[in-house]
Amino acid sequence: MSQPASEMSDGVPLIFELGQKGRANRYFEDAKPLETYLPPSVLREELPLPENSELDVVRHYTRLSQRTFGIDVGFYPLGSCTMKYNPRVNDAIAARREFAELHPYTPDELAQGALQVMYELERSLSSLFGMAAFSLNPSAGAHAELAALLIAKKYFKDRGETHRDKVIVPDTAHGTNPASAAMCGFHVISLPSDSRGRVSVEEIRKVLGPDTAVCMMTNPNTLGLFEEQIAQIAAEVHAAGGLMYYDGANANAIMGYTRPGDMGFDLMHLNTHKTFTIPHGGGGAGHGPLGVAAYLVDYLPTPVVVARDGEFALEFDRPKSIGPMRSFWSNFAHAVRALAYLYANGEAGLKRVSQLAVLNANYLRVKVAEFLETPYPETCRHEFVASAQRLKKEHGVRALDLAKALLDRGYMAPTIYFPLIVPESLMIEPTETESKETLDDFAAALHGIVETAKTNPQELFDAPTATVVGRVDETRAARQPDLRWRA
Amino acid sequence: MAVPEDLLYSKEHEWVRLDGDSATIGITDYAQNALGDIVYVELPRVGAKIEQFGNVGVIESVKAVSDLFTPMSGEVVAINDGLENDPAAVNREPYGAGWLLKLHLSKPDERNNLLAPAEYDKIAAE
Amino acid sequence: MYAPHTKRDVEQMLAAIGAASLDELLRVPDDVALKEKLEIVPQLPEYLIGRRFEHFGAHNAGVGYRSFLGAGAYRHYAPPAIASLAMRGEFLTAYTPYQAEVSQGYLQAIYEWQTYICLLTGMDIANASVYDGATALAEAAIMALHATGRQKMLVSQAAHPNYRAVLRTYCDGLDVALDELPFTAEGTTDLQAVENAVAGGEYAAVALQSPNFFGNVDTLNAQALGAVREAGTVPIAVVAEALSLAALATPASWGAQIVAGEAQSFGVPVAYGGPYAGFIAATQEHLRRIPGRLVGKTVDSGGRSAYVLTLQAREQHIRRERATSNICTNQAHCALIATIYLALLGESGLRTAAALNLARSRELATAVANVSGVTLKHSAPFFNEFVADVHQPAAAVLAKLRERGILGGVDLGRFYPDLSSCILMTATELTTTADINALAAALKESLHVPAGV
Repeated sequence: MSQPASEMSDGVPLIFELGQKGRANRYFEDAKPLETYLPPSVLREELPLPENSELDVVRHYTRLSQRTFGIDVGFYPLGSCTMKYNPRVNDAIAARREFAELHPYTPDELAQGALQVMYELERSLSSLFGMAAFSLNPSAGAHAELAALLIAKKYFKDRGETHRDKVIVPDTAHGTNPASAAMCGFHVISLPSDSRGRVSVEEIRKVLGPDTAVCMMTNPNTLGLFEEQIAQIAAEVHAAGGLMYYDGANANAIMGYTRPGDMGFDLMHLNTHKTFTIPHGGGGAGHGPLGVAAYLVDYLPTPVVVARDGEFALEFDRPKSIGPMRSFWSNFAHAVRALAYLYANGEAGLKRVSQLAVLNANYLRVKVAEFLETPYPETCRHEFVASAQRLKKEHGVRALDLAKALLDRGYMAPTIYFPLIVPESLMIEPTETESKETLDDFAAALHGIVETAKTNPQELFDAPTATVVGRVDETRAARQPDLRWRA
Repeated sequence: MAVPEDLLYSKEHEWVRLDGDSATIGITDYAQNALGDIVYVELPRVGAKIEQFGNVGVIESVKAVSDLFTPMSGEVVAINDGLENDPAAVNREPYGAGWLLKLHLSKPDERNNLLAPAEYDKIAAE
Repeated sequence: MYAPHTKRDVEQMLAAIGAASLDELLRVPDDVALKEKLEIVPQLPEYLIGRRFEHFGAHNAGVGYRSFLGAGAYRHYAPPAIASLAMRGEFLTAYTPYQAEVSQGYLQAIYEWQTYICLLTGMDIANASVYDGATALAEAAIMALHATGRQKMLVSQAAHPNYRAVLRTYCDGLDVALDELPFTAEGTTDLQAVENAVAGGEYAAVALQSPNFFGNVDTLNAQALGAVREAGTVPIAVVAEALSLAALATPASWGAQIVAGEAQSFGVPVAYGGPYAGFIAATQEHLRRIPGRLVGKTVDSGGRSAYVLTLQAREQHIRRERATSNICTNQAHCALIATIYLALLGESGLRTAAALNLARSRELATAVANVSGVTLKHSAPFFNEFVADVHQPAAAVLAKLRERGILGGVDLGRFYPDLSSCILMTATELTTTADINALAAALKESLHVPAGV
């Protein structure tokens, strides 16, 4: 990502600072003025948008891409995000005209192929995760969490149990869990983890009661540890009349070994942009299928894909449903990609995915433990957490400094300062698509950084220096928000 | 960490400057230091009636957010408007230009629930 | 399977870990272990996966039909340069740009997107995108609820039925009452009803879509806006067809404080419903309440200009249950596509596209209205879609059109029982005169089937 010297100082100009009026691309035939068709009173006065040649636009965004780090550029061990290889065949299939140009209001009989894609994905997910049915409606994990909590709210209302307003969330949970709960008017109870980084039956008993609505957990949790008491925890929550929700962010660790349904969960979401190789695209679009146990199927968001006599259909008329969560049926292009990935793997392949994801994580964990603290030194699942607490105490070097130094060495940084219960945490998830050599090289690079922390910490405080900009002034960004260009 | 002698303190790291039945409230030097660069302060509306130790606002730093609790009850008679453009004042002068709100006290006796400087200093030092 | 491990790799790695087998690493307690055979699709070699999906594609016959479908999802021309840029692996496979120093390119592109949305809507600020138009409306409503401290929402019945339904889903969760405003015979929101409704000062916001679901320009007039402002109610503009922003007066110009919109029209494929690119733009006063990611411009340690995710303390990963919204994922890649689309078309390209939509939809309206038995339902100014009344059950007429290879539009009876003889018809720059003539001819045949046939 080397840049000319002038650019190093000025960066890349904004598209608004480029081009000349009149330098337009000719994509269309000439048109009459807008006034031909509409009264001036409803027309806008000016449209101050830049005009650039297609070549200049192509160069501009090519340059921006070169200043962006993706999985295709290098190792991306971002914990809890499952940054695995995104197979190109999925994108090629999703781009096919018969999918990309299919209008959402196409009558069912003329969209049977699309409906079958959704149906096959829905059935496969239900089996793989032990749920009665999935809705492909939610747009992302957090969106599915919201839908699930709306289901819980409606379910309890139908049962006359509106007093159930508490949602239990372990302190290791993703931030979306409590935020989603709050959006449905639930009160959040944070549950402390025990010394082994897990939720204990004893702790959960203390907070369960007649006001318990839902307990939201992920398993393995965000420390990468399997909640071994999950069956008892679920039994306790159910005995108290509550529902169990599974945050599927870490589903890459369990396929073929256990299922949320087997663990006692009543609701769950899956992030197909994690487990099923949908490209993250710089933060979306995602896709968050929502699974439920049999007694909650009627509450799923609409529409639901159903099969009747070999014909597929979107079913909208579902009186108990919480209603739709989005404009149209699903992030369908992602459903295509996810199903293509399922076909590439099959049952045996998915089991192998989880095996090798866990193998890679443990291999890297053992290597990293040689030079960094790992607060939970036991077999992990798909990810593990290391800590820079000792380095901070002894040399003033924080997790942030290690992260920035990794950027200089051509790696994406791990997730840092999460989960919140581990000070100076680095949460590392290598995924199954990385080779042993990549893991060896990464461990060596991180080891070198840790040694530098002891001998020349200043080098780390100054990092990154090999990137197009150095450390960014976030305080200034927040105190003087500059969120758009102005002429 | 500065702990001025003429103020009272809460365990939640707020300070109170009493003046008859009115009071000025802010967060302590210890609190601003722990939060880091403060970027935004969300305060109650003037006229709001607030209860001792109740949650009355939020203080945001770049990467943290912290609830603001009032150390005493009363009606909000003024808020520090200057913080909208200069939240850094809370970092710079937590006991001066970085004050947060002024109250007309409804229960002046609540001062007995607050900490003296030496007591607060002990808590903050832990 | 895409994993690179050789047998030897696995053995060496297990040995380094000190584990005897993979099963040992993945073992779970017996009471939760998977015991049954799964029923998932079979594993296929890559070339056969392609064939499998060719088969599915062949069963999406609707793609080959002449289409007059719109209603919130629009087929527009997308120059191929968009895909070749947006599908670059650096963009496609990046995560949310938390590490700013290696994400400057994507951050800059999102900053450009935020600017484009501001320029198009006339608003001060815009976020880095939300899921889609419907969720944008729901999130905009939440902003207004927080801004006003009220618990009631108003939305026009001329807004997209799906958007209203999603808004209702969210409002139910928040225990917020949602009331709907009627529309007039002109096919625009009844502004007298707006004035009457807001007078009590109970509503947090009033949302109008323009162009509305019927295609008509539908905004507050000065008098209604005055009443809304006086009531302390937040005016929300909904934009489902973003290309209209290139032609119509901005939402800011008629008084909207928040704009909730859908940018699918800017180069994002209709793709049977998603993913799309929702956006929220607002006046400056709503800065702290805007949900989702925001990119800001700042400087780096050397004083060079740089971009970064900012105001993150509003968001779920820090505020948790006190966040402005639970949004984590946004639609960055769709926003990138839209940004590149806008950059390629520029001012004149966008205006031309808008003018062609106006031209073709009027050509269509004229052709349809010339068919005996068909009338245009409304007379308000419209953008690229309008309501045709066929004076018999629209569903049956549309079925006959399908027999002739035409998707004639959306049956409004599906959403408005009173409009069961009405069809929402859309024409874009991609609609040809041949398409329009074919529809008019088919409509004539469908409406006037000779007796005894």
